[in-house]
Amino acid sequence: MSIMQMNGGSVIAMVGKDCVAIASDLRLGNQSLGISSKFEKIFPMTDRVYVGLPGLATDVTTLHQQFRYRLNMYTIKEEREIEPETFAHLVSSTLYEKRFGPYFIEPVIAGLQKTPSGDLKPYIAATDLIGCLNFAKDFVVAGTASDKLFGVAEGLWEPDLEPEDLFETIAQTLLNAVDRDAYSGWGAVVYVLTKDKVIKRELKGRMD
Amino acid sequence: MHAFAERFSTNSASAELRRAKDILGEDNDVSDVMWGSNAGFGSLARGIPRFVVPAVQDPSAFLRMHTDDHADPSCRIKIKHGTTTLAFRFKGGVIVAVDSRATAGSYVASGTVKKVIEINPYLLGTMAGGAADCQYWETYLGIQCRLHELRNRERISVAAASKFLSNLVSNYKGMGLSMVKGTMICGWDKTGPAIFYVDSDGTRLKGDLFSVGSGSTFAYGVLDQGYRWDLTDEEAQELGRRSIYAAGHRDAFSGNTINLYHVKEDGWRFIGNYDVSEMHYNGPGGTGGYGYDVRVEGRTSANPPEEVPATEA
Repeated sequence: MSIMQMNGGSVIAMVGKDCVAIASDLRLGNQSLGISSKFEKIFPMTDRVYVGLPGLATDVTTLHQQFRYRLNMYTIKEEREIEPETFAHLVSSTLYEKRFGPYFIEPVIAGLQKTPSGDLKPYIAATDLIGCLNFAKDFVVAGTASDKLFGVAEGLWEPDLEPEDLFETIAQTLLNAVDRDAYSGWGAVVYVLTKDKVIKRELKGRMD
Repeated sequence: MHAFAERFSTNSASAELRRAKDILGEDNDVSDVMWGSNAGFGSLARGIPRFVVPAVQDPSAFLRMHTDDHADPSCRIKIKHGTTTLAFRFKGGVIVAVDSRATAGSYVASGTVKKVIEINPYLLGTMAGGAADCQYWETYLGIQCRLHELRNRERISVAAASKFLSNLVSNYKGMGLSMVKGTMICGWDKTGPAIFYVDSDGTRLKGDLFSVGSGSTFAYGVLDQGYRWDLTDEEAQELGRRSIYAAGHRDAFSGNTINLYHVKEDGWRFIGNYDVSEMHYNGPGGTGGYGYDVRVEGRTSANPPEEVPATEA
Protein backbone atom coordinates (compact mmCIF):
# COMPACT_ATOMS: atom_id res chain seq x y z
CA MET A 1 0.00 0.00 0.00
CA SER A 2 1.23 3.47 -0.94
CA ILE A 3 2.32 5.77 1.87
CA MET A 4 0.36 8.60 0.20
CA GLN A 5 -2.82 6.58 0.70
CA MET A 6 -2.12 5.37 4.23
CA ASN A 7 -4.13 8.03 6.10
CA GLY A 8 -6.39 9.21 3.27
CA GLY A 9 -7.79 12.71 2.80
CA SER A 10 -8.31 15.24 0.02
CA VAL A 11 -8.16 19.01 -0.53
CA ILE A 12 -9.53 21.27 -3.27
CA ALA A 13 -9.24 25.02 -3.95
CA MET A 14 -11.26 27.14 -6.40
CA VAL A 15 -11.17 30.68 -7.75
CA GLY A 16 -14.28 32.88 -7.79
CA LYS A 17 -15.03 36.56 -8.50
CA ASP A 18 -12.80 38.49 -6.06
CA CYS A 19 -12.84 35.46 -3.75
CA VAL A 20 -11.26 32.03 -3.32
CA ALA A 21 -12.40 28.86 -1.57
CA ILE A 22 -10.46 25.95 -0.13
CA ALA A 23 -12.06 22.80 1.24
CA SER A 24 -11.07 19.41 2.62
CA ASP A 25 -12.56 16.25 4.10
CA LEU A 26 -12.08 15.41 7.80
CA ARG A 27 -11.11 11.73 7.69
CA LEU A 28 -8.01 10.31 9.31
CA GLY A 29 -7.61 6.61 8.72
CA ASN A 30 -5.16 3.78 9.10
CA GLN A 31 -5.59 2.10 5.74
CA SER A 32 -9.18 0.84 5.69
CA LEU A 33 -9.85 1.62 9.37
CA GLY A 34 -11.36 5.04 10.04
CA ILE A 35 -9.76 6.64 13.14
CA SER A 36 -11.02 10.22 13.36
CA SER A 37 -13.66 12.39 11.72
CA LYS A 38 -12.22 15.61 13.14
CA PHE A 39 -8.81 15.71 11.45
CA GLU A 40 -8.44 19.15 9.86
CA LYS A 41 -5.94 19.48 7.02
CA ILE A 42 -6.44 23.17 6.18
CA PHE A 43 -4.51 25.78 8.16
CA PRO A 44 -4.62 29.59 8.09
CA MET A 45 -1.06 30.94 7.55
CA THR A 46 -2.12 34.61 7.54
CA ASP A 47 -5.54 36.27 7.42
CA ARG A 48 -5.64 35.79 3.66
CA VAL A 49 -3.34 32.84 2.97
CA TYR A 50 -4.62 29.32 3.66
CA VAL A 51 -2.83 26.04 3.05
CA GLY A 52 -4.26 22.51 2.74
CA LEU A 53 -1.96 19.57 3.48
CA PRO A 54 -3.35 16.21 2.32
CA GLY A 55 -1.14 13.15 2.57
CA LEU A 56 0.69 11.34 5.37
CA ALA A 57 -0.80 12.54 8.69
CA THR A 58 2.50 12.74 10.58
CA ASP A 59 3.85 15.03 7.86
CA VAL A 60 0.68 17.15 7.96
CA THR A 61 1.60 18.13 11.52
CA THR A 62 5.33 18.44 10.87
CA LEU A 63 4.95 20.55 7.73
CA HIS A 64 2.36 22.79 9.37
CA GLN A 65 4.80 23.54 12.19
CA GLN A 66 7.66 24.00 9.72
CA PHE A 67 5.62 26.50 7.68
CA ARG A 68 4.55 28.39 10.79
CA TYR A 69 8.18 28.70 11.89
CA ARG A 70 9.42 29.89 8.48
CA LEU A 71 6.51 32.26 8.17
CA ASN A 72 7.23 33.85 11.54
CA MET A 73 10.89 34.32 10.53
CA TYR A 74 9.75 35.92 7.26
CA THR A 75 7.33 38.25 9.02
CA ILE A 76 9.97 39.40 11.52
CA LYS A 77 12.62 40.02 8.85
CA GLU A 78 10.33 41.69 6.34
CA GLU A 79 8.10 43.44 8.88
CA ARG A 80 5.02 42.60 6.78
CA GLU A 81 2.70 39.70 6.12
CA ILE A 82 3.54 37.21 3.38
CA GLU A 83 1.72 37.27 0.04
CA PRO A 84 0.15 34.03 -1.29
CA GLU A 85 2.53 33.80 -4.24
CA THR A 86 5.58 34.26 -2.01
CA PHE A 87 4.19 31.67 0.37
CA ALA A 88 3.75 29.23 -2.52
CA HIS A 89 7.44 29.57 -3.33
CA LEU A 90 8.30 29.10 0.34
CA VAL A 91 6.27 25.84 0.27
CA SER A 92 7.98 24.77 -2.92
CA SER A 93 11.53 25.31 -1.64
CA THR A 94 10.74 23.75 1.75
CA LEU A 95 9.61 20.59 -0.04
CA TYR A 96 12.52 20.51 -2.50
CA GLU A 97 14.97 20.71 0.41
CA LYS A 98 13.92 17.14 1.09
CA ARG A 99 14.23 16.07 -2.56
CA PHE A 100 15.64 12.61 -1.75
CA GLY A 101 13.55 11.86 1.32
CA PRO A 102 10.39 13.88 0.82
CA TYR A 103 7.47 14.79 3.05
CA PHE A 104 4.52 12.76 1.79
CA ILE A 105 2.25 15.77 1.34
CA GLU A 106 0.86 17.54 -1.72
CA PRO A 107 0.07 21.06 -0.48
CA VAL A 108 -2.71 23.26 -1.87
CA ILE A 109 -2.45 27.05 -1.38
CA ALA A 110 -5.34 29.49 -1.59
CA GLY A 111 -5.21 33.20 -0.86
CA LEU A 112 -5.90 36.77 -1.89
CA GLN A 113 -2.89 38.49 -3.44
CA LYS A 114 -2.22 42.28 -3.19
CA THR A 115 -1.84 43.87 -6.62
CA PRO A 116 0.36 46.98 -7.16
CA SER A 117 -2.85 49.05 -7.32
CA GLY A 118 -3.83 47.79 -3.87
CA ASP A 119 -6.65 45.44 -4.91
CA LEU A 120 -6.89 41.84 -3.78
CA LYS A 121 -6.66 39.20 -6.52
CA PRO A 122 -7.60 35.52 -6.06
CA TYR A 123 -4.60 33.19 -6.02
CA ILE A 124 -4.50 29.38 -5.91
CA ALA A 125 -1.66 26.91 -6.40
CA ALA A 126 -0.74 23.31 -5.69
CA THR A 127 2.55 21.42 -5.63
CA ASP A 128 3.58 17.80 -5.78
CA LEU A 129 5.42 16.22 -2.87
CA ILE A 130 8.83 17.58 -3.96
CA GLY A 131 7.63 21.11 -4.63
CA CYS A 132 6.76 21.41 -8.32
CA LEU A 133 4.43 24.42 -8.38
CA ASN A 134 1.21 24.33 -10.35
CA PHE A 135 -0.60 27.67 -10.70
CA ALA A 136 -4.10 27.37 -12.03
CA LYS A 137 -6.70 29.90 -13.09
CA ASP A 138 -9.69 27.73 -12.15
CA PHE A 139 -9.16 25.03 -9.49
CA VAL A 140 -6.51 22.73 -7.99
CA VAL A 141 -6.96 19.37 -6.28
CA ALA A 142 -4.85 16.95 -4.22
CA GLY A 143 -5.18 13.83 -2.10
CA THR A 144 -6.57 10.31 -2.46
CA ALA A 145 -9.72 11.55 -4.25
CA SER A 146 -7.82 13.92 -6.59
CA ASP A 147 -8.85 12.11 -9.78
CA LYS A 148 -12.50 12.13 -8.73
CA LEU A 149 -12.25 15.81 -7.68
CA PHE A 150 -10.88 16.70 -11.12
CA GLY A 151 -13.85 15.01 -12.74
CA VAL A 152 -16.54 16.70 -10.67
CA ALA A 153 -14.82 20.13 -10.63
CA GLU A 154 -14.42 20.02 -14.40
CA GLY A 155 -18.18 19.62 -14.62
CA LEU A 156 -19.34 22.12 -11.98
CA TRP A 157 -16.86 25.02 -11.96
CA GLU A 158 -17.51 28.18 -13.95
CA PRO A 159 -15.71 31.55 -14.03
CA ASP A 160 -16.59 34.57 -11.84
CA LEU A 161 -18.68 32.86 -9.16
CA GLU A 162 -19.85 35.06 -6.29
CA PRO A 163 -18.80 33.90 -2.78
CA GLU A 164 -22.07 32.07 -1.98
CA ASP A 165 -22.16 30.36 -5.38
CA LEU A 166 -18.49 29.46 -5.07
CA PHE A 167 -19.22 27.92 -1.68
CA GLU A 168 -22.01 25.80 -3.14
CA THR A 169 -19.81 24.74 -6.06
CA ILE A 170 -16.80 23.71 -3.99
CA ALA A 171 -18.98 22.02 -1.34
CA GLN A 172 -20.85 19.90 -3.88
CA THR A 173 -17.65 19.09 -5.76
CA LEU A 174 -15.91 17.86 -2.61
CA LEU A 175 -18.89 16.02 -1.16
CA ASN A 176 -19.65 14.13 -4.36
CA ALA A 177 -16.02 13.33 -5.16
CA VAL A 178 -15.20 11.90 -1.73
CA ASP A 179 -18.29 9.68 -1.85
CA ARG A 180 -16.56 7.83 -4.69
CA ASP A 181 -13.30 7.47 -2.72
CA ALA A 182 -12.88 4.84 -0.01
CA TYR A 183 -10.11 6.78 1.78
CA SER A 184 -11.71 10.26 1.91
CA GLY A 185 -14.88 11.61 3.50
CA TRP A 186 -16.22 11.42 7.07
CA GLY A 187 -17.30 15.08 7.05
CA ALA A 188 -15.88 18.15 5.35
CA VAL A 189 -14.90 21.77 5.95
CA VAL A 190 -15.00 24.75 3.57
CA TYR A 191 -13.29 28.16 3.83
CA VAL A 192 -14.36 31.02 1.57
CA LEU A 193 -11.97 34.00 1.51
CA THR A 194 -13.42 37.35 0.47
CA LYS A 195 -12.04 40.90 0.64
CA ASP A 196 -13.57 41.66 4.01
CA LYS A 197 -14.11 38.29 5.69
CA VAL A 198 -13.34 34.57 5.86
CA ILE A 199 -16.28 32.18 6.10
CA LYS A 200 -15.66 28.74 7.65
CA ARG A 201 -18.42 26.14 7.34
CA GLU A 202 -18.44 22.51 8.45
CA LEU A 203 -20.42 20.27 6.12
CA LYS A 204 -22.57 17.31 7.02
CA GLY A 205 -21.14 14.57 4.84
CA ARG A 206 -21.69 10.84 4.48
CA MET A 207 -20.24 8.89 7.40
CA ASP A 208 -19.29 5.63 5.65
CA MET B 1 -28.36 -36.33 -13.84
CA HIS B 2 -25.39 -35.23 -15.83
CA ALA B 3 -24.39 -35.34 -19.45
CA PHE B 4 -22.31 -38.50 -19.18
CA ALA B 5 -24.87 -40.65 -17.38
CA GLU B 6 -27.65 -39.27 -19.56
CA ARG B 7 -26.01 -40.64 -22.69
CA PHE B 8 -26.53 -44.21 -21.44
CA SER B 9 -29.86 -43.84 -19.71
CA THR B 10 -32.83 -45.71 -21.19
CA ASN B 11 -35.77 -44.01 -19.51
CA SER B 12 -35.00 -40.28 -19.48
CA ALA B 13 -36.57 -37.68 -21.72
CA SER B 14 -33.40 -37.41 -23.76
CA ALA B 15 -33.39 -41.18 -24.29
CA GLU B 16 -36.91 -40.92 -25.62
CA LEU B 17 -35.82 -38.17 -27.99
CA ARG B 18 -32.88 -40.32 -29.08
CA ARG B 19 -35.18 -43.21 -29.95
CA ALA B 20 -37.49 -40.89 -31.86
CA LYS B 21 -34.55 -39.53 -33.81
CA ASP B 22 -33.37 -43.06 -34.58
CA ILE B 23 -36.78 -43.90 -36.05
CA LEU B 24 -36.92 -40.72 -38.12
CA GLY B 25 -33.29 -41.13 -39.17
CA GLU B 26 -32.59 -37.61 -38.03
CA ASP B 27 -29.05 -37.18 -36.81
CA ASN B 28 -28.13 -33.56 -37.41
CA ASP B 29 -28.02 -32.59 -33.74
CA VAL B 30 -28.05 -28.81 -33.80
CA SER B 31 -26.59 -27.30 -30.68
CA ASP B 32 -28.28 -24.26 -29.15
CA VAL B 33 -25.03 -22.42 -29.68
CA MET B 34 -25.73 -22.55 -33.39
CA TRP B 35 -28.66 -20.23 -32.76
CA GLY B 36 -26.29 -17.79 -31.12
CA SER B 37 -27.80 -18.39 -27.70
CA ASN B 38 -28.29 -20.83 -24.93
CA ALA B 39 -31.72 -19.42 -24.19
CA GLY B 40 -30.16 -16.87 -21.84
CA PHE B 41 -28.70 -19.53 -19.56
CA GLY B 42 -25.08 -19.19 -20.73
CA SER B 43 -23.21 -22.37 -19.98
CA LEU B 44 -25.84 -23.38 -17.41
CA ALA B 45 -28.26 -24.75 -20.01
CA ARG B 46 -26.63 -28.16 -20.38
CA GLY B 47 -25.71 -29.91 -17.13
CA ILE B 48 -22.37 -29.09 -15.55
CA PRO B 49 -20.92 -25.79 -16.78
CA ARG B 50 -17.66 -25.90 -18.65
CA PHE B 51 -15.19 -23.07 -18.99
CA VAL B 52 -12.59 -22.24 -21.59
CA VAL B 53 -9.17 -21.92 -19.97
CA PRO B 54 -6.44 -19.58 -21.34
CA ALA B 55 -3.94 -21.46 -23.52
CA VAL B 56 -0.87 -20.86 -21.38
CA GLN B 57 1.42 -23.07 -19.26
CA ASP B 58 -0.22 -22.31 -15.92
CA PRO B 59 -3.72 -20.83 -16.36
CA SER B 60 -4.33 -20.04 -12.69
CA ALA B 61 -0.99 -18.24 -12.29
CA PHE B 62 -1.80 -16.31 -15.47
CA LEU B 63 -5.18 -15.26 -14.08
CA ARG B 64 -3.73 -14.31 -10.71
CA MET B 65 -0.99 -12.23 -12.35
CA HIS B 66 -3.58 -10.03 -14.03
CA THR B 67 -6.39 -9.90 -11.48
CA ASP B 68 -5.09 -10.26 -7.92
CA ASP B 69 -4.98 -6.73 -6.56
CA HIS B 70 -3.98 -7.96 -3.09
CA ALA B 71 -0.64 -9.26 -4.35
CA ASP B 72 -0.18 -6.39 -6.79
CA PRO B 73 -2.29 -3.24 -6.37
CA SER B 74 -1.23 -1.98 -9.78
CA CYS B 75 -2.54 -5.04 -11.61
CA ARG B 76 -4.42 -4.31 -14.81
CA ILE B 77 -7.79 -5.83 -13.98
CA LYS B 78 -9.27 -5.07 -10.60
CA ILE B 79 -12.07 -7.44 -9.74
CA LYS B 80 -14.91 -5.84 -7.83
CA HIS B 81 -14.96 -6.91 -4.20
CA GLY B 82 -17.98 -7.26 -1.98
CA THR B 83 -17.45 -6.46 1.69
CA THR B 84 -19.44 -6.76 4.93
CA THR B 85 -22.02 -9.51 5.37
CA LEU B 86 -23.52 -11.20 8.44
CA ALA B 87 -26.05 -13.84 9.34
CA PHE B 88 -27.22 -15.21 12.66
CA ARG B 89 -29.66 -17.79 13.91
CA PHE B 90 -32.05 -17.08 16.78
CA LYS B 91 -35.40 -18.15 18.23
CA GLY B 92 -37.35 -16.36 15.49
CA GLY B 93 -35.39 -17.65 12.49
CA VAL B 94 -32.36 -16.26 10.64
CA ILE B 95 -31.34 -12.63 10.16
CA VAL B 96 -29.25 -11.83 7.10
CA ALA B 97 -27.78 -8.32 6.76
CA VAL B 98 -25.27 -6.97 4.25
CA ASP B 99 -23.84 -3.66 3.04
CA SER B 100 -23.98 -2.56 -0.61
CA ARG B 101 -20.56 -1.11 -1.47
CA ALA B 102 -18.31 -2.51 -4.20
CA THR B 103 -14.78 -1.16 -4.49
CA ALA B 104 -12.08 -1.63 -7.13
CA GLY B 105 -8.90 -0.48 -5.39
CA SER B 106 -9.83 2.75 -3.59
CA TYR B 107 -12.56 3.56 -6.13
CA VAL B 108 -16.13 3.08 -4.93
CA ALA B 109 -17.40 1.32 -8.03
CA SER B 110 -20.98 0.95 -6.79
CA GLY B 111 -23.08 1.75 -3.74
CA THR B 112 -26.13 -0.25 -4.78
CA VAL B 113 -24.90 -3.84 -5.00
CA LYS B 114 -27.32 -6.62 -4.03
CA LYS B 115 -25.11 -8.82 -1.87
CA VAL B 116 -27.93 -11.11 -0.78
CA ILE B 117 -28.67 -13.64 -3.49
CA GLU B 118 -32.21 -14.99 -3.42
CA ILE B 119 -31.60 -18.64 -4.35
CA ASN B 120 -35.24 -19.67 -3.87
CA PRO B 121 -38.08 -18.63 -1.50
CA TYR B 122 -36.47 -20.54 1.38
CA LEU B 123 -32.75 -20.05 0.69
CA LEU B 124 -30.52 -16.98 0.75
CA GLY B 125 -26.85 -16.69 -0.10
CA THR B 126 -24.54 -13.81 0.80
CA MET B 127 -21.82 -12.32 -1.34
CA ALA B 128 -18.30 -11.37 -0.19
CA GLY B 129 -15.25 -11.56 -2.42
CA GLY B 130 -15.61 -11.87 -6.17
CA ALA B 131 -19.10 -10.64 -7.06
CA ALA B 132 -19.28 -12.51 -10.36
CA ASP B 133 -18.21 -15.85 -8.85
CA CYS B 134 -20.80 -15.65 -6.05
CA GLN B 135 -23.58 -14.53 -8.36
CA TYR B 136 -22.91 -17.18 -10.98
CA TRP B 137 -22.48 -20.18 -8.68
CA GLU B 138 -25.36 -19.31 -6.40
CA THR B 139 -27.67 -18.90 -9.41
CA TYR B 140 -26.46 -22.31 -10.56
CA LEU B 141 -27.14 -23.63 -7.06
CA GLY B 142 -30.70 -22.26 -7.39
CA ILE B 143 -31.20 -24.31 -10.58
CA GLN B 144 -29.91 -27.46 -8.92
CA CYS B 145 -32.09 -26.88 -5.84
CA ARG B 146 -35.17 -26.64 -8.05
CA LEU B 147 -34.21 -29.85 -9.85
CA HIS B 148 -33.75 -31.56 -6.48
CA GLU B 149 -37.26 -30.41 -5.55
CA LEU B 150 -38.75 -31.82 -8.77
CA ARG B 151 -36.89 -35.12 -8.51
CA ASN B 152 -37.54 -35.78 -4.82
CA ARG B 153 -40.86 -33.97 -4.29
CA GLU B 154 -39.27 -32.32 -1.27
CA ARG B 155 -37.39 -29.09 -0.66
CA ILE B 156 -33.62 -29.40 -0.41
CA SER B 157 -32.16 -29.01 3.09
CA VAL B 158 -29.82 -26.11 3.81
CA ALA B 159 -27.11 -28.66 4.64
CA ALA B 160 -27.49 -30.38 1.26
CA ALA B 161 -27.64 -27.12 -0.70
CA SER B 162 -24.52 -25.75 0.98
CA LYS B 163 -22.67 -29.05 0.49
CA PHE B 164 -23.62 -29.00 -3.19
CA LEU B 165 -22.09 -25.52 -3.51
CA SER B 166 -19.05 -26.51 -1.47
CA ASN B 167 -18.40 -29.55 -3.68
CA LEU B 168 -18.88 -27.45 -6.81
CA VAL B 169 -16.42 -24.73 -5.91
CA SER B 170 -13.91 -27.24 -4.47
CA ASN B 171 -13.54 -28.55 -8.02
CA TYR B 172 -11.95 -25.21 -8.87
CA LYS B 173 -9.61 -25.09 -5.85
CA GLY B 174 -6.41 -23.25 -6.70
CA MET B 175 -7.79 -21.97 -10.01
CA GLY B 176 -8.37 -18.45 -8.71
CA LEU B 177 -12.09 -18.59 -7.99
CA SER B 178 -12.49 -15.63 -5.67
CA MET B 179 -15.15 -16.75 -3.25
CA VAL B 180 -12.22 -17.06 -0.81
CA LYS B 181 -13.82 -14.61 1.59
CA GLY B 182 -16.76 -16.97 1.85
CA THR B 183 -20.49 -17.05 1.43
CA MET B 184 -23.24 -17.90 3.89
CA ILE B 185 -26.07 -20.17 2.79
CA CYS B 186 -29.04 -19.41 5.02
CA GLY B 187 -32.51 -20.89 5.12
CA TRP B 188 -35.24 -22.80 6.86
CA ASP B 189 -35.74 -26.54 6.30
CA LYS B 190 -37.42 -29.32 8.29
CA THR B 191 -34.64 -29.12 10.91
CA GLY B 192 -35.48 -25.42 11.46
CA PRO B 193 -33.34 -22.35 10.79
CA ALA B 194 -29.81 -23.08 9.52
CA ILE B 195 -26.67 -21.25 8.40
CA PHE B 196 -23.66 -22.72 6.61
CA TYR B 197 -20.46 -20.87 5.80
CA VAL B 198 -18.88 -21.98 2.52
CA ASP B 199 -15.73 -20.73 0.81
CA SER B 200 -13.72 -21.65 -2.27
CA ASP B 201 -10.91 -23.32 -0.29
CA GLY B 202 -13.50 -25.98 0.52
CA THR B 203 -14.32 -24.90 4.07
CA ARG B 204 -17.93 -25.60 5.06
CA LEU B 205 -19.03 -24.75 8.59
CA LYS B 206 -22.36 -24.99 10.38
CA GLY B 207 -22.95 -22.30 12.97
CA ASP B 208 -25.27 -19.85 14.73
CA LEU B 209 -23.45 -16.64 13.85
CA PHE B 210 -21.12 -15.58 11.07
CA SER B 211 -19.80 -12.35 9.66
CA VAL B 212 -17.66 -12.22 6.52
CA GLY B 213 -15.65 -9.55 4.73
CA SER B 214 -13.26 -6.69 5.45
CA GLY B 215 -15.75 -5.08 7.86
CA SER B 216 -16.55 -8.34 9.65
CA THR B 217 -14.49 -7.50 12.76
CA PHE B 218 -16.56 -4.35 13.33
CA ALA B 219 -19.81 -6.23 12.78
CA TYR B 220 -18.73 -9.05 15.14
CA GLY B 221 -18.03 -6.45 17.85
CA VAL B 222 -21.62 -5.26 17.87
CA LEU B 223 -23.12 -8.67 17.12
CA ASP B 224 -21.33 -10.59 19.91
CA GLN B 225 -22.23 -7.90 22.41
CA GLY B 226 -25.94 -7.88 21.59
CA TYR B 227 -26.58 -11.51 20.66
CA ARG B 228 -28.96 -13.78 22.61
CA TRP B 229 -30.91 -16.82 21.40
CA ASP B 230 -34.25 -15.43 22.65
CA LEU B 231 -34.08 -12.10 20.81
CA THR B 232 -37.48 -10.88 19.59
CA ASP B 233 -37.89 -10.40 15.83
CA GLU B 234 -37.61 -6.61 16.17
CA GLU B 235 -34.54 -6.84 18.44
CA ALA B 236 -32.84 -9.26 16.06
CA GLN B 237 -33.49 -7.08 13.02
CA GLU B 238 -32.16 -4.04 14.88
CA LEU B 239 -29.03 -5.98 15.88
CA GLY B 240 -28.34 -6.97 12.28
CA ARG B 241 -28.86 -3.41 11.08
CA ARG B 242 -26.74 -1.90 13.86
CA SER B 243 -23.90 -4.37 13.21
CA ILE B 244 -23.68 -3.60 9.50
CA TYR B 245 -23.87 0.12 10.31
CA ALA B 246 -20.80 -0.25 12.58
CA ALA B 247 -18.89 -1.90 9.73
CA GLY B 248 -20.11 0.63 7.17
CA HIS B 249 -19.01 3.48 9.40
CA ARG B 250 -15.51 2.30 10.38
CA ASP B 251 -14.48 0.27 7.34
CA ALA B 252 -13.49 2.22 4.22
CA PHE B 253 -14.51 -0.66 1.97
CA SER B 254 -18.02 -1.11 3.41
CA GLY B 255 -21.01 1.19 3.52
CA ASN B 256 -23.57 3.05 1.41
CA THR B 257 -26.70 1.03 2.28
CA ILE B 258 -27.81 -1.92 4.42
CA ASN B 259 -30.00 -4.72 3.08
CA LEU B 260 -31.87 -6.66 5.75
CA TYR B 261 -33.60 -10.05 5.38
CA HIS B 262 -35.44 -12.24 7.86
CA VAL B 263 -35.91 -15.99 7.21
CA LYS B 264 -38.85 -17.64 9.00
CA GLU B 265 -40.69 -20.95 8.68
CA ASP B 266 -42.58 -19.73 5.61
CA GLY B 267 -39.47 -18.52 3.77
CA TRP B 268 -37.46 -15.34 3.64
CA ARG B 269 -38.82 -11.80 3.77
CA PHE B 270 -37.03 -8.60 2.69
CA ILE B 271 -37.24 -6.18 5.63
CA GLY B 272 -35.70 -3.10 4.09
CA ASN B 273 -32.92 -1.04 2.61
CA TYR B 274 -31.32 1.51 4.95
CA ASP B 275 -28.82 4.26 4.12
CA VAL B 276 -25.75 4.04 6.40
CA SER B 277 -25.41 7.84 6.65
CA GLU B 278 -29.11 8.15 7.44
CA MET B 279 -28.61 5.57 10.23
CA HIS B 280 -25.63 7.61 11.51
CA TYR B 281 -27.53 10.88 11.81
CA ASN B 282 -31.17 9.87 12.36
CA GLY B 283 -31.44 6.10 12.90
CA PRO B 284 -34.15 3.82 11.47
CA GLY B 285 -37.37 5.83 11.07
CA GLY B 286 -35.73 8.86 12.66
CA THR B 287 -35.64 7.17 16.10
CA GLY B 288 -32.18 8.48 17.05
CA GLY B 289 -28.88 8.22 15.19
CA TYR B 290 -26.37 5.40 15.75
CA GLY B 291 -23.41 7.79 15.39
CA TYR B 292 -21.13 8.34 18.38
CA ASP B 293 -21.05 12.13 17.93
CA VAL B 294 -24.81 12.16 17.50
CA ARG B 295 -25.33 10.25 20.78
CA VAL B 296 -22.88 12.24 22.94
CA GLU B 297 -23.52 15.71 21.52
CA GLY B 298 -24.07 18.24 24.29
CA ARG B 299 -23.62 15.62 27.05
CA THR B 300 -19.97 16.17 28.02
CA SER B 301 -17.66 19.18 28.12
CA ALA B 302 -15.60 17.56 25.39
CA ASN B 303 -18.65 17.50 23.14
CA PRO B 304 -20.40 20.84 23.55
CA PRO B 305 -23.47 21.58 21.45
CA GLU B 306 -22.44 23.01 18.12
CA GLU B 307 -22.08 26.79 18.15
CA VAL B 308 -22.78 27.23 14.49
CA PRO B 309 -25.38 24.80 13.13
CA ALA B 310 -23.87 22.59 10.43
CA THR B 311 -24.80 23.78 6.98
CA GLU B 312 -26.49 21.20 4.87
CA ALA B 313 -25.05 21.47 1.40
